[in-house]
Amino acid sequence: MADLLDLTVAEAAAKIAAGEISADEYGAAWRDAAATDDLNAYLWRADGGPSSGDWTGAGESAPPGEGTETPYGAGAPAPADSGPLAGVPIAVKDIFTTEGVPTTAGSRILEGYRPPYTATAVRKLTAAGARVLGKTNMDEFAMGSSNENSAYGPVRNPWDRDRVPGGSSGGSAAVVAGGLAPAALGTDTGGSIRQPASLTGIVGLKPTYGAISRFGMIAFASSLDQCGPLTRDVADAALLLGVMEGKDPLDSTAVGLDGGVRLPTREDLSGLRFGVPKEIGEAALDPGVRAVFEATIARIEDLGGEIAEVALPHAEHGISAYYVIAPAEASSNLARYDGVRYGQRVGGDEDLVTMYEETRARGFGAEVKRRIMLGTYALSSGYYDAYYGQAQKVRTRIAGDFDAAFEQVDFVVTPTSPSVAFGLGEKTADPLAMYLNDFFTVPMSLAGIPAISIPAGLAAPEGAGDGAAGLPVGFQIAAPAFGEQKLLEAAHALEGALGFAAAAGDGVPWKQGGAADV
Amino acid sequence: MSDELEAVIGLEIHVQLATRTKMFCGCELSFGDEPNVHTCPICLAHPGILPVPNEEAIAYALKIGLALDCEIAPRSIFHRKNYFYPDNPKAYQISQYDIPICGPGKLGEIRITRAHLEEDAAKTIHAGTSGRIHGSTASLVDFNRGGTPLVEIVTEPDLRGAAEAADWARLLRETVRQLGVSNVNMEEGSLRVDANVSVRPVGSDELGVKTELKNMNSFRFLQRGIEAELERQRGIVEAGGTIEQETLHFDPASGELTSLRSKEEAHDYRYFPEPDLVPIVPTEAMIAAARASLPELPAARQARYEGEGLDDAQARLLAADPELARYFDAVLAAAGAAEPRVVANWVTGDLTAALRAADDAERPEPGPVADLIGAVAAKTISHAGGKQVLAILVADEDADVAEIIEREGLAQMGGEDGELAAIVAAAIEGDPDAAEQIRSGNGRAIGAIVGAVMRETKGRADGGEVNRLIREQLGL
Amino acid sequence: MAGELSGILGHVDRISDLDLEGVEPTSHVVALENVFRADVPWTSLPPEVALASAPEPFEGAFRVPSPQAPVD
Repeated sequence: MADLLDLTVAEAAAKIAAGEISADEYGAAWRDAAATDDLNAYLWRADGGPSSGDWTGAGESAPPGEGTETPYGAGAPAPADSGPLAGVPIAVKDIFTTEGVPTTAGSRILEGYRPPYTATAVRKLTAAGARVLGKTNMDEFAMGSSNENSAYGPVRNPWDRDRVPGGSSGGSAAVVAGGLAPAALGTDTGGSIRQPASLTGIVGLKPTYGAISRFGMIAFASSLDQCGPLTRDVADAALLLGVMEGKDPLDSTAVGLDGGVRLPTREDLSGLRFGVPKEIGEAALDPGVRAVFEATIARIEDLGGEIAEVALPHAEHGISAYYVIAPAEASSNLARYDGVRYGQRVGGDEDLVTMYEETRARGFGAEVKRRIMLGTYALSSGYYDAYYGQAQKVRTRIAGDFDAAFEQVDFVVTPTSPSVAFGLGEKTADPLAMYLNDFFTVPMSLAGIPAISIPAGLAAPEGAGDGAAGLPVGFQIAAPAFGEQKLLEAAHALEGALGFAAAAGDGVPWKQGGAADV
Repeated sequence: MSDELEAVIGLEIHVQLATRTKMFCGCELSFGDEPNVHTCPICLAHPGILPVPNEEAIAYALKIGLALDCEIAPRSIFHRKNYFYPDNPKAYQISQYDIPICGPGKLGEIRITRAHLEEDAAKTIHAGTSGRIHGSTASLVDFNRGGTPLVEIVTEPDLRGAAEAADWARLLRETVRQLGVSNVNMEEGSLRVDANVSVRPVGSDELGVKTELKNMNSFRFLQRGIEAELERQRGIVEAGGTIEQETLHFDPASGELTSLRSKEEAHDYRYFPEPDLVPIVPTEAMIAAARASLPELPAARQARYEGEGLDDAQARLLAADPELARYFDAVLAAAGAAEPRVVANWVTGDLTAALRAADDAERPEPGPVADLIGAVAAKTISHAGGKQVLAILVADEDADVAEIIEREGLAQMGGEDGELAAIVAAAIEGDPDAAEQIRSGNGRAIGAIVGAVMRETKGRADGGEVNRLIREQLGL
Repeated sequence: MAGELSGILGHVDRISDLDLEGVEPTSHVVALENVFRADVPWTSLPPEVALASAPEPFEGAFRVPSPQAPVD
């Protein structure tokens, strides 16, 4: 049983396809593991648990005839029996609509909401044979870097339960890192896949904007949101990406990846050039994080990779631009939560304006309200040019910086996060301090380019005494738009050389056959 | 409008497109169906949905733009217009803001500022007592209409009167109707016209404060509403007051204007480019296809007919009815040297009357009608005789005009043979008193002689010719 | 809340110091154009499904308090 849970998705899928293991047994093993969740990582699990059900993929109220699928994902059929992911259960961030199954986006305002349709990315997984294992906890409407903004309680980091797993895909990261799921789906707007992957010692990939359809992905910031996998290794990320990428008639902005995705095989980095932004020298980084970063650079050179210095002069304004653009778009995207057609309603006995105000005041948490206010301000008449307009220009400049860098190098590398996992409650007092967690990840989101975080080592938290347990440090590699294949190949080679899981030894939570005390 | 003040009017027209599906999703457009039977997660604005534009709506917008002589934007984008209202499920309407698909154009004498694409709101029915929730009034929202494609057309404030505005609105309606892109029915709501009304001193270049008149659902009410508002504004200005910018509703029953409690009072829509949609870049092929599908449009046709000498009313009538216009063109072509205005008189006047009298019979072939017109022009038969022939043609398709004339003995006596002259002479001789009066200058006495000649010729004489002969023989 | 917002605005305000004259704002990240959908109908949701999530369904419609102030 424990052996089954040790398999990566690629390994398990191969064995199931070969008839070596049974899909039912594999699925059951994972459902049992998921049921041991004490990280508050799951909001809903298939089979058992507080708000569970036996979800095979089809809606509980499938229109118009059972199993008749509409183009917009209503009545989606049950998971296929064959396909590259046949028999594999996958955890899905609660930001993806799943027909008939509770979908909350981590918010009170959608408590009890069961969508009438299923997100394209999820449908593609189930069409490839995967099953939804559960819906994972997240920062409310994807706004956060610690998963402390969920209306359903914070998620805990399996490496240290008093610490955050990162956010907003904190639940997805925790289940993979904590042995509660073999892989998970998350979303990344400014770092929300990569940063939690870094803080929990797993792989997190943000594809090129437009690689995967956003249809069914509850919108936070439309021009930044992207769907991506959180997995134990790079090969699994490639496998999931390959299944999910593609054009979608329901998403005008989805272009897919030309040529698809192959499982990476590269084992060295000769001939590849890696750019280190000179701005990292001055950046605020935990010393432990900096040390791991530098060690990883040395590893790249060992593998034959060339290191060069590049300049990203506008990257320092990334946070400022991001925290104008994302809230602006969010203020518009979240306006539909008004108590009229779905979700919670408060004050329905009063007049319309009171209903709108009460519904939203009660339904949204503080961070969401903060961003809606910021966003409304940034778009308002008289301020648009100075804020939203200006931020979109900064964005053009940041994209330009990357374009220039990619003329000299194949990849740009940075630490994923300035620190290791911090304590619950440690950064909640100052939103700005929390926003700075995204410093290294935001520029890639603004430029729309793909980036992956792979676990590169352990470091003690800043200020911890000697002998303090090391916590995961992620290494971020970014590539030009649509350069996923090359990116995955390089990440795979580096991952092999770093041997994180082996080096971290018994400390790696998922190796312990389920959640256990570190 | 008084001599010192002039009216300055612009119109904002919303045209509901007659595509098969909505602007951003594949739900069918509905016509008086049960509520909420044409909805999907997209037009209900469920979390996670995305819009995808209807290709046909884009094509229709291009057609409208070309018909209005608009500049077609080489690249246009959608914007979000943000506001809260139950009939606006996303809490933003996807529309176009500063880069619309169609730029400046014109129709007739009136300049078009722009035309753009957007989606229609849903329908809110105020439930009144039956729908009360715990004692308070309630509204019921039906999302069938939500998402229907609209083209909004905005004119420059070039109109100078209520009647002119209503007439121009009719021309616009007819133009769009002939494109086949909309039912443009004001009562059904597939055509909505709002008016922006202001006044200013004659000769001034500046624009006065404008008020907006909304929700008039017929051209007559549009005219009356504008008239009422102009009256109101004139009253205020002449009394030394100032006009306040507001939105007004005109009640045709009472003739009163009321200020609408504005849901958009000083509204900031916080427009920003729609990130979920990519730009529209009309290709040569798209524009060529739209152009190729344009029929000859009313304004062009009207101008053509006026150029051929038809009067205003005839030209407008034919411009508004493409089928009648085609018929007219055919008759004109067959009628050789006949004057277009004369042919128009026959086709739009006498023929229409004859068809109606024959219980809406079908029009006869153009050839015979042309023959008939030619016969009258050549004075072979009188106008009255022509009408008789027409009635027979309407009843009997195969009839031949020459045969009818012969058979009915309608051949008129003209001046070519001396027969008529002889009859005139005889009539003059027969009524010396009348002849004497005519010679002394009493023109009206001629009627008695003319009458006598007509009786003798059984109405077959050409009246003008009779008059001429009488005067000639009397030496006048 | 107000203090937090001021703090954040203070930080993001830094971008207003940048000279970005002549820079095109990024309004669309993907360089796509003319992505349309054919005007072909699809099956809509049955009304009971459309109303299934409504907080106050009433006779096939979504009931909301009236936009006008209540008149008794």
